[in-house]
Amino acid sequence: MLYREAGQFKTSYAADQQVFPIRQDRIGVAAALVVAFLVVPLVANQYWLSAILTPFLIFALATIGLNILTGYAGQLSLGTAAFMAVGAFAAYNFVLRVPDMPILLAFALAGVSAALIGIVFGLPSLRIKGFYLAVATLAAQFFVVWALTHFPWFSNYSTSGVISAQKMEILGFAFDTPVRKYLLALSIVAVLAIAAKNMVRSSVGRAWMAVRDMDVAAAVIGIRPLPTKLLAFAISSFYCGVAGALYAFAYLGTVEPEGFNLDLSFRILFMVIIGGVGSILGSFLGAAFIVLLPIFLNTMAPLLEHRLGLQLPAGLTSNLELIVFGSLIIFFLAVEPHGLARLWQIGKEKLRLWPFPH
Amino acid sequence: MSFFFEVLIGGLLSGVMYSLVALGFVLIYKASGVFNFAQGAMVFLAALTFVGLREMGIDFWIAFVITLGVMVVLGLLTERIVLRPLVNQPQITLFMATIGLTFVIEGVAQLVWDSQPHNLDLGIQDVPLPWISDSTGMNISTFDITAAGIAAVLVTSLALFFSRTRIGRALRAVADDHQAALAVGIPLQHIWGIVWAVAGFVALVAGMLWGARNGVQFSLTFLALKALPVLILGGFESVPGAIVGGLIIGAAEKLAEVYIGPMVGGGIEGWFPYVLALLFLLVRPEGLFGEKHIDRV
Repeated sequence: MLYREAGQFKTSYAADQQVFPIRQDRIGVAAALVVAFLVVPLVANQYWLSAILTPFLIFALATIGLNILTGYAGQLSLGTAAFMAVGAFAAYNFVLRVPDMPILLAFALAGVSAALIGIVFGLPSLRIKGFYLAVATLAAQFFVVWALTHFPWFSNYSTSGVISAQKMEILGFAFDTPVRKYLLALSIVAVLAIAAKNMVRSSVGRAWMAVRDMDVAAAVIGIRPLPTKLLAFAISSFYCGVAGALYAFAYLGTVEPEGFNLDLSFRILFMVIIGGVGSILGSFLGAAFIVLLPIFLNTMAPLLEHRLGLQLPAGLTSNLELIVFGSLIIFFLAVEPHGLARLWQIGKEKLRLWPFPH
Repeated sequence: MSFFFEVLIGGLLSGVMYSLVALGFVLIYKASGVFNFAQGAMVFLAALTFVGLREMGIDFWIAFVITLGVMVVLGLLTERIVLRPLVNQPQITLFMATIGLTFVIEGVAQLVWDSQPHNLDLGIQDVPLPWISDSTGMNISTFDITAAGIAAVLVTSLALFFSRTRIGRALRAVADDHQAALAVGIPLQHIWGIVWAVAGFVALVAGMLWGARNGVQFSLTFLALKALPVLILGGFESVPGAIVGGLIIGAAEKLAEVYIGPMVGGGIEGWFPYVLALLFLLVRPEGLFGEKHIDRV
């Protein structure tokens, strides 16, 4: 009942080709945007903005990037963090070395740098696939972190290899408080997410999915696997690069190459799997889940300790986190391979009829 | 020249250790087509359990048997809980599932034991062999030689197991085609249970040797990452490939570190094997000894 599309007739091609063809979806997305842009900055406190919401948005962006590559184009990548690192360090260097560099242009150029690196490490995908390719992307992971550590030029000869992101300013307006950083991240993520949503339903996205589902068949119907895969690598890396730049500029402030380690790559892969492989909405759900779960565990453990009156061993929550993450991955792969996004889909189907039986 | 050979032999011997880890991957891949990312975590769990039992004052062999039991149970549980629901899924899904398994094993291992580094003493001394250093002036460790010997015994017995026994043939049949193997009456679940148990045994041996060498600590889990280029070089389904690949990677890594490293600032051990493996992959995608059925794109 709530979600019934009856009576919504399409009378023009434009109406038929909307991003969200159902009115309820449009209202829902608009409401979500209004809440995110207007309500959240008013009600959320500093902790929520800077420790939960901003990282959530940034991880969601990186997850969209990986989802484009893994979910839509079917190429598993374990080097997401490396592309984020490229983005972070590129943005830093562009702002540092180019006088009067607009910050948004720096972010875009950071994405482009990451895309170029992504293309280089995507080249093996022309010859190999599956986990051979996954191993190739691991090479990217180790090589990029090593290069950023060993060539001090990247970190402007800082002795510890740590970079401090510069101040963000657009047309004289400084983005320095948590609210402003949140709004900047939100704007960038919203624009890129809508772009991604459009991309995956365009000819480009269809070509990716065709290559993912069966590359020989895709080649037969005239999709060239080579440029298609490289484009997926480039766009995916672009998203990860921008996410990395935001990670440094809007979230942490100071980053070091070692921060972009394999664990971060895995974490983003987990967001893709739990959120939903091949779904933009799923990227947000997965990112929210993985960002919130450790916080939930960390607040629950002392409560439990207090309630039961027993002393839990130190490091329990971090180990518990590992176990819960791992089990969830196995659970989702076995039971619901399309993740939280699929659960949402099922919920929508149910809502079409609810509360009436027919 | 003597220095070159010392580096080379040191590299080859550390390559043997990589081979030991890679062997566990190959076993599981051969029998179930699963690329088991959790092998490194299994090595960690085995070493941690063994050292934990030893520190409780349990006799060497009893501790060995108990740890082996733990690894067998882990293998059987993995088969039951992780793999059985995922039968007939794409390989890449199974691979991601083993990444999840890695996290579970790491978490459990550190929860049950602690996350402190431990020392493990196997009673083998890590000193240069006197007769080699006397005659040639090179330092070759007794420990490395012993490890190489153990690896050789392990590989020979596994090769015999795979080619000569009934179970070994069943394993290869399962690896070839799950459904055909089922059709001729091979119990798939038993076979997988066996192979995960054997992989657990290999993990135990690797864990003990690595643990004695570098201490039992969390970094043991990164061994999985060291073994990946070895596998690519040697081919995923070849036991000899794992050995030869390990030797090549070990030697190349050490030589590169000594001769190329200083030019670019050192520390290239982390990625050099990967780049080597990748270059190799472009020429020969199935690895040195791998079967030629990788889908070319």
